[in-house]
Order: sequence, then structure tokens, then C-alpha cells
Amino acid sequence: MAKIKLENIRHSYYPNPSNDDDFALKRVHFDWEDGGAYALLGPSGCGKTTLLNIISGLLVPSHGKLVFDQKDVTKLSPNDRNIAQVFQFPVIYDTMSVYDNLAFPLRNRGVDEAKIDVKVREISAMLEIDDMLNKKAAGLSPDNKQKISLGRGLVREDVNVIMFDEPLTVIDPHLKWKLRSKLKELHQKVKATMIYVTHDQTEALTFADQVVVMNFGQVLQVGSPQTLFDRPEHTFVGNFIGSPGMNILPAEVIDGQVWVAGCQIDVESKTTDLPEGKLEVGVRPEFVTLAEKGVPALVRNLMDVGRHKVLETLVGDKKVHVVLDEHQEVSADQVYLQFDPNSTRLYADGWLVDLHHELEGL
Amino acid sequence: MKLELRDISKRVGAEVHIHETSLVLESGAFNVLLGATNAGKTTLMKLMAGLDIPTSGQVFYDGVDMTKAPPQKRNISFVHQFFINYPHLSVRDNITSPLRLAKVSAAEIQRRLDETADLLRLGPMLDRRPHELSGGQQQRCALARAIIKDSSVVFLDEPLANLDYKLREELRAELPGIFSNRGAIVVYATSEPAEALMLGGRTAAMSEGHISQFGQTADVYRTPLNLTSAQVFSDPPLNVAQVEKRDGRIHLSKDFSWAARGIAEKLTDGHYTIGIRPHFVRPNADANASIPLHGVVKVTELSGSESVAHFQINGDVWVSQSEGLHPYNVGEQHDFYIDDTRCFFFGADGQVLV
Repeated sequence: MAKIKLENIRHSYYPNPSNDDDFALKRVHFDWEDGGAYALLGPSGCGKTTLLNIISGLLVPSHGKLVFDQKDVTKLSPNDRNIAQVFQFPVIYDTMSVYDNLAFPLRNRGVDEAKIDVKVREISAMLEIDDMLNKKAAGLSPDNKQKISLGRGLVREDVNVIMFDEPLTVIDPHLKWKLRSKLKELHQKVKATMIYVTHDQTEALTFADQVVVMNFGQVLQVGSPQTLFDRPEHTFVGNFIGSPGMNILPAEVIDGQVWVAGCQIDVESKTTDLPEGKLEVGVRPEFVTLAEKGVPALVRNLMDVGRHKVLETLVGDKKVHVVLDEHQEVSADQVYLQFDPNSTRLYADGWLVDLHHELEGL
Repeated sequence: MKLELRDISKRVGAEVHIHETSLVLESGAFNVLLGATNAGKTTLMKLMAGLDIPTSGQVFYDGVDMTKAPPQKRNISFVHQFFINYPHLSVRDNITSPLRLAKVSAAEIQRRLDETADLLRLGPMLDRRPHELSGGQQQRCALARAIIKDSSVVFLDEPLANLDYKLREELRAELPGIFSNRGAIVVYATSEPAEALMLGGRTAAMSEGHISQFGQTADVYRTPLNLTSAQVFSDPPLNVAQVEKRDGRIHLSKDFSWAARGIAEKLTDGHYTIGIRPHFVRPNADANASIPLHGVVKVTELSGSESVAHFQINGDVWVSQSEGLHPYNVGEQHDFYIDDTRCFFFGADGQVLV
């Protein structure tokens, strides 16, 4: 296992990029700690696959350096990087037995059969596929095939990093829970550095200790699930994490007071010495309540989602969601919203105004 | 419009794909088919749509037997999980293709195109080709083609499954609005309980080729009639355990029991299966959740707004889901508290006892 450093990585698919928009990765600079469980989270086109390909060696970045421990591997072939990768669809040999599939990565590297046997039995027991070791892979169900794929990724002890690229896409929700907990359990046992790439916030947040949120070819925030939920540093993160996501409303600041839709509100953020840019207020649906007075909103829809209800309202032309408890009813067409000041923050041009570091330093 | 299935079944060789099923769907609401992969959702839809013929039983459209009528005679639309568009046609021509086939007048095509493109927010993309659209827009295009026909029945087979999480959320919120006031019957297949709840309408819980319950979505969720429906409609999975009622107490194991109250109080002595949703198994005691379970934490998942713990008692794995952040230590003992008034009790036949 190794610590992986991304040093000022930039990548463009164009031969002569002229401006920032030509870069699929604008600038990524941070370290993956040895033994960490990471998720790389973002929508299609955010740059996560480009970054993954740079780490695995399928792509050489236009700028910057990739370092495994002390060693510069930027230009090494995937073979020489000693990594394991699990893909969206099962990649296994249908004609081989489950046992031989799991043994394959080890046999390839000349590990002796006695050792292989121990390892294959250990991994197959963890994944609960030890009762099918002698079966041909061809006849197995999709989730068992994907378990073999995961097993092939996990069987080698000497890899620098194990990367999972949307590994549970083909799995049914009921089994997803099982496999996700399995993967988490495996990480807690083997302590390998794992990078889990996904667009699904639930998968990212449940698997990872640290989530790297990407969009627009850059890393917007790295943090624990709790941090991303409590204190999103960018409105995109606020909206992307959470279901429904953070409510974002245009705001004005006059003499250090924050105004939303003609109503003065209290926020947790600083309200003086603000950076330039369009000001917005962000507050999660969990921290909005209905009150006698406050920000006026029109009621659009009340959804019963089982554990609680979600009220959809309009403030001006912006949607604002409110989480209500299971039994709450709303009969009025117009309501007043209160935002919990401790969880209401101010953003300038998308970025949290309280950020001290320069954007370039991320 | 009314679509009725009367005692239909589907067998392929020796395998039963759909057991004898009767169902009546009416226009104006979403009808969700909820179940895991292989529950029979797609097969049932195909039998309704005429893409497949039942082994036995009949399919009626507004009282007319359509069992053997081909799909093109049924005035239906079908949208699949994979975005199916004509790659060589513009978005405009993709959307209007069913109308051009039906020789609708140019003026009428234009009117309906404007309306549909507006509804699905495709207006600015009409001149593009499908491959120049995002995944969400491609599926909007396929939906637009299904809607512009003004079909009496629209089948949506996991239409959001291949979209990014946030796009899924966005389009899902719009779907009920898109179909409201169209008078069509919408049949929507999904494997995700949360999706069924968000879409509302009615839900048929499906498992192994059976419909275990059909009714208002919130009712099916809150008052499942049987163990199967409760399990189909639970994510994370329903906690299930065997108990015995004896001496006015519910015995979970030899040395652990609690005083029966509510529904449990009225049950006769004997063996039962209980089911309890993970969010009624809490990490801290409160006024409602007061029965402590001594478990060993196996796996924890903290997702920002909520915490999930998988823990083990007597060899059974239980799941607790709670709001907020609860730092558990894997491998350690932890007490979880169940709200026993929220337990479902099932008899030996799997039917809920009320």
C-alpha cells in the first residue's frame, strides 16, 4: 500500500489547450492517505474518470506529477504501478471456475500454490462465495459474478491501491446494501487504500471515510460525509449531497444584514468583508421549519416519502424543500419559512464566504 | 380508460414467470410496479402492452378483450431503461416520428411538438442529434416521443435507472406533473422503494411473479398485508425475527423478552414472525423506542444526514437507521432500542395480524 500524491495535475484532451475550458481536469492537487477509504463523487462529465485513468496509468496527464510514496509514476504503464481495479460490469473468465478466477491475479505473478490457496479461501469466505469455488463462473447470477470481480481486486496484498469504478451499478438495491456493507467490512479488515468512483451520493457517503467531490474538472471539496453535509464549501456540493439537496436562494447583504425575498435572516457565515460575486444563501431542507412569520413561500407539493414528508415550496421562482415529520399536514397555500441560523450559510459565486484559503490552493 | 388483467399467467417451459394475477388499473394516477430484479415487473408490463401473450387469462382495454392484439393496435407507449432514440434523426424528428407515421397534419404536429418540448424542457435542443444530448436529455427525448402520441397507456420500465443520481431526482420530481391531466394510465416499474414513495399514486408490490399487494402507495408502505409486501417495500431491508408470545410477553430469545402491548397484547400465545423497519431500531432510547437489544456492531455506514449500523444478535443481522451522526465502533457491543409498537406481526401463513 502507498500514499498517493496528485501534484498539480492538469489534463486536456486537446493538443494545444488555450484556456481553462479546454481542460477536462483544471488543477487537482491533494494526497490520498495510505489505507484510506475514499470516494470520488461527481456527475457525468465532472472529470472523475479522467482522474481515475491518470491514477491507473491509462492516461498520462498534460501537466503535473503522480507520486506513489516517494516514487514518480506519472509515466509508468498500468502494469508497473501495481494497482487493482474493479469495473462497473463483471470482468471474469466465464470458462474458468470461481477458484481459478480468484487465483488468476496471483498465479500471474508467480505466487506459490499453497499461498494462493490460503488467500483464495480467505477472500471467498469474506465475500460468501466459498460454496461455489468449483463452479464455472459462466452459470452464476450477475451479483455473484460481480463478487468474483471484487474478489479478484481484493486478492492481492501487495497492491498500491484498489480502485472501484461504479462497482454496484448492475446490482439490485436489496443486494447493494449487502455488497456495500461487505466492501466496507473488507476495508475495515484489510486496510488497503481504496478509491470508489461513483455518481451516487448514497454509495459514496456510506462507503468512504473521505469523499472527494468533483465537478467542472476540479475538486470542490474533500471531507467526511458529516462535513459535506454540515458545511458544504460550494453550492454544488450542498445541492449534490443530500436528497433533496441544499436549498439555494439569491441574497442581498446590506450593512452586514442578510436579506432573502424581502425578509431579513440570520446566518452562520460572516457578513462583512465579503468576497466579490453573486451572493446566495444555502440551507438544507432539514433545517427549514414552518413558522408564523419568516420568508414567504408558496406551497407546491407535499410528498410522503415514508419516514418523513417533503414539502416543496416556491420562494420567488426558486424551489425550496422543507423536511416535515411523518404526521405533519399542510393545508395553507402560503407559508412562512424559518431557517436555522446555525446551518444557514452565505456563498459568493458559489463558494462559501468563510473559506480562508485561495481557490487555487484546493 | 381502464386496463384489466383477468387471471393472467405466464409460463415459459416449466418455469412460471407470472403466477395467476388479476389487476385493474384506472387512468389518472401513477401505478408503480415495485420489486427486485426478476420479480416479474417487465414481464407483467409486456403482457399488458401486448409485447408478450399470456399463457392463460385475458387482458381488457376498456372492457374490450385485447389479449391477442398486437401493441400497435393498443394505443400505448413504452419507455425503456436504455434511452432508445433514432441516432440519425434530430430531436425534433425523434419526438414527432409517431405523429408523422400516423399522418397527422403538419400544423397539428407543430402544436403538439411545442407543447411536449415545453413540458420536457427540450425546446432549445430540437435541432440536435440524440448523441449531442446528456443522458437525462436523451431520456427526456424518449419520454417526449411517448407523450406526444397521447397514448391511453404509457409504460415506463425503470426509465431513470441509467441516469445520474441527481438527474434521476430531478426527472422523478417532474414525472407526475408531466402525466397529470393527460388521462393516460401510467405504469411505472422500479426496484427502489424510495422511488415508489416519491412518485405516489398506487403501488403493486411484486415478488417472484406474484403481486403481494396493490393499493395507495403510502398505504402499502405503512400497512403491508403480508411479510412479502413489507420486505419488498423496505430499504434498508426489513429486520425479520422469530418470536414467541407467552405469559403476556414477546420472547425474542431464551433470555430476552418484553411486555406485549398494542397489537401484540391481543395475539394468542404462539410463534410469530416479526418485521420492523430499520428506522424504528434506534441507537438511543427515547419515549417510543425503549426495548434494548444487545448487539455487536458489524458494519457502520454514516451518510452525513443519517447513520446506519448492521449489528448481530444470536446470529441474526439487524439494521438500525437513524438521523444524525452516531459513531459506532465495529466489533463492540452496542444497545439498540426498538419501538415495539411499530413491529409488524405475521402469522405462519405470512399474513399480517391486526
